[in-house]
Amino acid sequence: MTIKGKAYIAGIYEHPTRHAPDKSTAQLHAEVAKGAIEDAGLTKADIDGYFCAGDAPGGAWPMVDYLGLKVRHIDSTETGGCSYIIHLGHAAEAIAAGKCSIALITLAGKPRTSTMPPRAAGAEQDFEAAYGATTHNAYGMCAMRHMHDYGTTSEQLAWIKVAASHHAQYNPHAMLKDVVTVEDVLNSPMISDPLHRLDCCVVSDGGGALIVTTPEIAKSLKKPLVRLIGHGEAMKGPRGGKDLDLTYSAGVWSGPRAFEEAGVTPKDIKYASIYDSFTITVLMQLEDIGFCKKGEGGKFVADGNLISGVGKLPFNTDGGGLCSNHPVNRGGMTKIIEAVRQLRGEAHPKVQVKNCDLAIAHGTGGLLGVRHAASTAILERV
Amino acid sequence: MMAEQKKYPAPQQNPETKPFWDAAAQGKFLIKRCTACGEPHYFPRSICPFCFSDQTVWEESSGEGTIYTFSLMRKSASGPYAIGYVTLKEGPSLQTNFVDCDLGSLKIGQKVKVVFKPTDGAPLPFFTPV
Repeated sequence: MTIKGKAYIAGIYEHPTRHAPDKSTAQLHAEVAKGAIEDAGLTKADIDGYFCAGDAPGGAWPMVDYLGLKVRHIDSTETGGCSYIIHLGHAAEAIAAGKCSIALITLAGKPRTSTMPPRAAGAEQDFEAAYGATTHNAYGMCAMRHMHDYGTTSEQLAWIKVAASHHAQYNPHAMLKDVVTVEDVLNSPMISDPLHRLDCCVVSDGGGALIVTTPEIAKSLKKPLVRLIGHGEAMKGPRGGKDLDLTYSAGVWSGPRAFEEAGVTPKDIKYASIYDSFTITVLMQLEDIGFCKKGEGGKFVADGNLISGVGKLPFNTDGGGLCSNHPVNRGGMTKIIEAVRQLRGEAHPKVQVKNCDLAIAHGTGGLLGVRHAASTAILERV
Repeated sequence: MMAEQKKYPAPQQNPETKPFWDAAAQGKFLIKRCTACGEPHYFPRSICPFCFSDQTVWEESSGEGTIYTFSLMRKSASGPYAIGYVTLKEGPSLQTNFVDCDLGSLKIGQKVKVVFKPTDGAPLPFFTPV
């Protein structure tokens, strides 16, 4: 059994807003749903599967009701920022099994203009909550150990932000459009050692949505054909504290599974969307999913290797979370959307990868230095 | 940079973890060990997370270990703090804060020991350089 080629991404929509004080979160979900449905050339009545995560107010059933959907398949898997990459795989499974034929996946929220609800407590609560793990310091702990074990430097991490900024200058919706240098990153204030302010992504309101469907329906629509050919998901945590190693992520499992299913290797990939909550997130993921050996991520990302038209692996050509947006503090959705744009040939001409027929969208969710999930999707233009 | 006196949340506790917090009130730092596979673990579970045996027992830890990693959070509502992981002499690694020290001079590999800080309930374990 495989989902290879069983599901196509027929509709995408990224909300242009980065600041939405005058909208509700549910409204943003509806707006991105409408955008993706129209992009696909479908109507709401066509939707028979709905996928959402923890950002959907009240979860799946209030959202299904609010949106006025009539569905026969729902999935509210919650794995933080990579939820939507996992949803893509689950939608393909459901479509392959005949449980739905046109799936809608939505993400939206307003971390910039309202407070985010706290995460539900896990069994570890009493043993960890008091220590104040946040995204900044949890990823900082990974970076600190990666530097210790492999000699990774702040200059190397900075190149990831530099590459993102080169792409963001062409995105009219990007929050940060100025091209920055390695020195700019190193001179920005230290937030949580060893991560500087410019090692961190932006905080933005907004959202995005996808329509996933059968090969037959996708071929009946007008958009260029983009299909999912490999998918993986995995989780990692301290697991009782045995053999703790924060220098690798669950991407070491989700990546190879996706590549194996797709029957391709990292060398074949023309464009990579890699979740960039922090610069260290990208560096570790590139190693973990196989673009370079463990510990060599620093060398791999340096000297513009991630800049479209300059380096060997163009990444996050919309500017990513580091420069464009990070709706609901979750980067998985926009990673898929930009990968689809590249495969369709709809990326900005200045960053469009030539003959882009194979792309990857990969992300993590939760706290990389504590417990997290990872998901990898390999997408092909047909 | 010295850590300021902070107010820490009281552990909620539950039947599975109560012995840990009762021991903490006596100044003892407990871990769990599985008598089936021999592996120690932290935080404590009744069923071993490695072999899934229910034959786990409480064991007093030396409270000594080394810093696996850390990050110094430069600003927060309660001031700067250093979060990190300690690898205990007995094996398991655990998340903690480093306290009662110069936060700017922490190093990976540095030797640390447990110290308890009061809450409105059971005291909480932290680590400080030896």
